[in-house]
Amino acid sequence: MDGNNTIKTTYREAIKQAIREAMKKDERVFLMGEDVGRYGGAFAVSKGLLKEFGEDRIMDVPLSESGFVGAGIGASLNGMRPIVEVMTVNFSLLAMDQIVNNAATLLHMSGGQLNVPIVIRISCGIGRQLAAQHSHSWEPLFAHIPGLKVLSAGTHEDARGMLLTALQDPDPVIIFEYTFLLNKEGELAADAGAVNITNAKVRREGKDISIITYGAGVYKALDAAVELAGAGIDAEVVDVRVLRPLDNDTIFNSVRKTHRVLLVEEAWGAVNVSSEISARITENVFYELDAPIQRLGGVEVPIPYPKHLEEAAVPQQNDIVNKVKKMLQHD
Amino acid sequence: MYVENEKISKYTDARVKLLYQMMLIRRFEEKAAELYSKEKIRGFLHLYVGEEAVAVGVINSLSTDDNILCTYREHGHALVRGISPGAIMAEMYGKKEGCSMGRGGSMHLFDKKIKFFGGNAIVAGHLPVAVGMALAAKKQKKNEITCCFFGEGAAAEGEFHEAMNLAALWQVPVLFVCENNLYAMGTAIRYTHSVVELEKKAPGYGISAATVDGMDVMAVEKAAKEAIEKVRTTVKPFFLVCNTYRFRAHSMFDAELYREKSEVEEWKKRDPIPKLQQSLFNENIVEQRDIDEMNKKVEEEIQRAVDFAEAGTWEPVEEITKFVYSENNA
Repeated sequence: MDGNNTIKTTYREAIKQAIREAMKKDERVFLMGEDVGRYGGAFAVSKGLLKEFGEDRIMDVPLSESGFVGAGIGASLNGMRPIVEVMTVNFSLLAMDQIVNNAATLLHMSGGQLNVPIVIRISCGIGRQLAAQHSHSWEPLFAHIPGLKVLSAGTHEDARGMLLTALQDPDPVIIFEYTFLLNKEGELAADAGAVNITNAKVRREGKDISIITYGAGVYKALDAAVELAGAGIDAEVVDVRVLRPLDNDTIFNSVRKTHRVLLVEEAWGAVNVSSEISARITENVFYELDAPIQRLGGVEVPIPYPKHLEEAAVPQQNDIVNKVKKMLQHD
Repeated sequence: MYVENEKISKYTDARVKLLYQMMLIRRFEEKAAELYSKEKIRGFLHLYVGEEAVAVGVINSLSTDDNILCTYREHGHALVRGISPGAIMAEMYGKKEGCSMGRGGSMHLFDKKIKFFGGNAIVAGHLPVAVGMALAAKKQKKNEITCCFFGEGAAAEGEFHEAMNLAALWQVPVLFVCENNLYAMGTAIRYTHSVVELEKKAPGYGISAATVDGMDVMAVEKAAKEAIEKVRTTVKPFFLVCNTYRFRAHSMFDAELYREKSEVEEWKKRDPIPKLQQSLFNENIVEQRDIDEMNKKVEEEIQRAVDFAEAGTWEPVEEITKFVYSENNA
């Protein structure tokens, strides 16, 4: 990118600027969540926003996940555009009744009368040794549910842009953010803003293999692709981004181009997003494949506390590189 | 609403309207049970027989700007609010002409135009939603309140306590109406609540509360008017407990093994319909001839509803994925 038109920013700052822009643009938007105000956000994402926007729009809430997510749903039914922050994905289970039985269901139960324009931001993933009740990647649990739109912000661009588009959507949108990425610096267009929340995106073009991933897998796959290039392998990296509804076309087009597929994600290996993508590829573009689809998913264990075991619980850059080399018989 | 209903407009005493509404609900529910036996209505069917005074007393006291959220035992509330009997019946038939396009059935009656927000069948799941609607009203400085009905079973759920706390913390205009019919499905209140005087739960959250005889529509109306006035003027939540009783089984699957017939018979002596009728007789507001005429009109109204539902259409299977996302609503 041209240095004149880009800025360096952290993933955290990108999310914060997205919230600020959304709040400034639309008076109906407000943020609520545990410790988003006076504390500045559990991960300091909303630091300073209380001072800028006041306590009516940056609302600290009690530890009542079901209560405040439900209240967000009610507010969205009655003319507001709430952004509800759930501190970590494990806590989201306490609000699952509201998310599944109300947010995802009201439009249908009412025969199309009640749409629920709520945006729920959930941070997830490993990286801080937070152990088995604060570290999971449960995107697939949400991606299973019709009525929800499920987004995964695996890049700075999406951390900056997904929220703004999600707030325009008439239906409930869940955005997954990754604690592992919060401090990561990245380049962002100076005028970065709203992004499409419909399509997967090819983050790196390549012709030998498609590494299809999302979330915390995106930068790992891109780094792996650089390493693989050194070994003469030209890998394409597809960021799925939108986990529900899935964008088949972008994925299938990549398969048609490279004829080999490695699916990478941090969620537990069985019954995850990769399972679904693998099935769709097999059903629709099977004859484009030159080799069996391969997957790298999370190890099937609650996330352990020690750093070396935490890291071993999800696919790392090395795992991706080794797997691709094996698939292309370069080892 | 039935306020201007031509059938009863000749009566100047407002109580006649309340009586008519209770009679309509009672007969509507009996008809629904009959149609369930004929397999016209399926799924769960929860009847409001015995509890009519609560919905009638409270909903007539609300303004058309106010939001209403109910439980899955909500046919009566929907009728009083003004969803047509035909649209409700068609919904229970699963027909496209139903108030939720047939997608919801008995437990999920909705009509956004008249601010009737269900028909919610996760016990207490709608309480936080009601608080959020009231919060939105406060933020937008709308002069509306949100009225949320639920049973005493809901008061044992965590969402009840979260919702009470949030409503009080945020000082939002929500009226919690607890329809205490003494049984959470088949489990009596003494087995589900450590403190059975439910109104005592409110002060712990700093919420004012009142209790009323839910078998007396005039008492309910009076208590509701006072509660609504408080919510509207103070912009604070209020908790109104209506002690009532369900004369029929929990649902059509219920063999009623958990209560004595004599208990039901005892409560039937407090039936809100004959009670109000007797008052009106005593004061010479109506005579038996008027009641007969009203009954006839109720029958006609319900027959029209059944005819409407029977004549309704089935949504084509090809449209099954409608109403999942707004873009494929049309």
